[in-house]
Amino acid sequence: MKILTGNDLKTGAVVWWDGADWSLHVNDAVDVGDEGPAILAREEAERRVNASYAIDAGRDAEGGVRPAHIKDRVRALGPTVRPDLTLKPTEPAALNWVI
Amino acid sequence: MYRYDNYDQQMVDTRVAEFRDQTQRRLDGKMTEDQFKPLRLQNGLYLQLHAYMLRVAVPYGTLSGAQMHALADIADKYDRGYGHFTTRQNIQYNWIKLEDAPDILADLAKVEMHAIQTSGNCIRNISSDQYAGAAADEVVDPRPYAELLRQWSSFHPEFLTLPRKFKIAVIASNTDRAAMKLHDIGLRMVRNDAGEIGATFYVGGGMGRTPMIAPCIREWVPLDQLITYTEACLRVYNRYGRRDNKYKARIKILVHELGAAEYTRQVEEEFAHLLSQPIEPPLAELERIGAHFADPAFDPAAPDTLDLSDPAFALWVARNTHPHKQPGYAIANISLKPVGGIPGDASAAQMHLMADLMREHSFDECRVTHAQNIVLPHVRKADLYGVWQQLVAADLAAPNLDTIEDIIACPGLDYCSLANARSIPVAQKISQRFADSGKTGVLGELKLKISGCINACGHHHAGHIGILGVDKKGLENYQLLLGGSEGDDTSLGKITGPGFTEDGIVDAVEKATDVYLATRNEGERFLDTYRRVGMEKFKEAIYG
Repeated sequence: MKILTGNDLKTGAVVWWDGADWSLHVNDAVDVGDEGPAILAREEAERRVNASYAIDAGRDAEGGVRPAHIKDRVRALGPTVRPDLTLKPTEPAALNWVI
Repeated sequence: MYRYDNYDQQMVDTRVAEFRDQTQRRLDGKMTEDQFKPLRLQNGLYLQLHAYMLRVAVPYGTLSGAQMHALADIADKYDRGYGHFTTRQNIQYNWIKLEDAPDILADLAKVEMHAIQTSGNCIRNISSDQYAGAAADEVVDPRPYAELLRQWSSFHPEFLTLPRKFKIAVIASNTDRAAMKLHDIGLRMVRNDAGEIGATFYVGGGMGRTPMIAPCIREWVPLDQLITYTEACLRVYNRYGRRDNKYKARIKILVHELGAAEYTRQVEEEFAHLLSQPIEPPLAELERIGAHFADPAFDPAAPDTLDLSDPAFALWVARNTHPHKQPGYAIANISLKPVGGIPGDASAAQMHLMADLMREHSFDECRVTHAQNIVLPHVRKADLYGVWQQLVAADLAAPNLDTIEDIIACPGLDYCSLANARSIPVAQKISQRFADSGKTGVLGELKLKISGCINACGHHHAGHIGILGVDKKGLENYQLLLGGSEGDDTSLGKITGPGFTEDGIVDAVEKATDVYLATRNEGERFLDTYRRVGMEKFKEAIYG
């Protein structure tokens, strides 16, 4: 699947395109198929997202969205060396999902 | 230390107001990202993996207590309670909001700091010896010359759009503690037979994808020609540097391709031309700057003895302190490398504590080192035990300076958008492995440096043991290098062979150290043994 990501213009937070808006959670990402470039052009123009791009992703064992490349998985969760600063600070095992 | 005059302050304040306006225009949609990006980069604001990252300049690594307190306040107020001290003696914040950036710069300006020229193809923060003004072995304090260069290079209109970024280091002792020969320009301040101060110029060093050791292009440049000669070096580079290819645009490539002799000839020609145009600041200006760096009021009666009856304190003194030029004082290194910790990170609370220690025990001054540690440059030996106790309580007293636990590591793939692999977890595992095995002390001086990509922010080329993280078909992979050095005996490490997984590289490092322990002669460091026995013996153990 193709999903879209970028950083929120104001906060810099990593965001994912959920079909209607930008979400902080990669599991909300939707498959945009061939529509990625058009969506990104529109969203960048509206200043809702910055440095956006399309990536390949798949599904993990629980059916969640899992970016194909480790860099985007680190982006999706947070720094592996600071679990307290990730999106799942109470789930240290979540780091296994990144690696 | 140097204090801003009205001109400096006005310059920085004006820049803050300008950036506030630029940021608002970006947020209002009056500027595209393509238009805004070079403006934010000129103010040290990057977009990294998780958020905006702000890199704040720490000129030649020197901070006052008020500045350190301000850096801690920024970490608390605008970031997530910590900062990361870098290999160029700066500090970075990883979780900055664009809308907060102008306020942060305004807070920095209140304590005479900024983020100008911490990014972009310009002359970056001037780095220097972290023991400047304190070391017993220095010819002269290098910081006035670094400050003169900082003032000359700040907003220098001719050098704001160089072919690539440009890094200068200034030292003034026989011992190179600033990796001077691995900079675009390395200056060593020296004294001639007549007792005059001048500079030896090394030009064209660097790390990155094409590491080079800077050749010496001139042994002696008198003080009253220091800026003129530097300008000549830059002019030749600015004229002929490879703007057509980003990967060949650093001055090291130009010097290498022309040859040091031809580059030097061109610099000398330009220098002769510039001498006819009085661009050199008057020596009185250097004297004005130098007055800011006068020795603090050392107590000549300070006792020169230490009670080392506490073995933990004695170990810390042995490893983390350095002789001071003034009897009764010591240079104290605060390791930001706790076992299993993140190299270079300090919490806001730790920064506040260090600021208090600076004020109370080190004439209100500290230094950030390129090895990502902090130095209290002037501590009375009589105060050292009390300082150490406070550091212990704050988890800042790891007795591991220049050991295998004192690892330089770039932020790597945990934070950096350029990285191919994570650096910090590898550093943590190595640090933990050797602390657990008890080998750290036995190994003695062993400098290990890790970069998460070929850009080499973790100085892997210059590590006695270096590690380079690469992307191998989407997986993190780590190459091992041996034999690098950044000091007086600067050398570039060589790759041992095929790379390793994250756990495999930790094992490989241990095997390399086992070879050292088994083959070293008395008094040899790891690097000495490697140079004596060569790569093959290590490869046999690592891959055998």
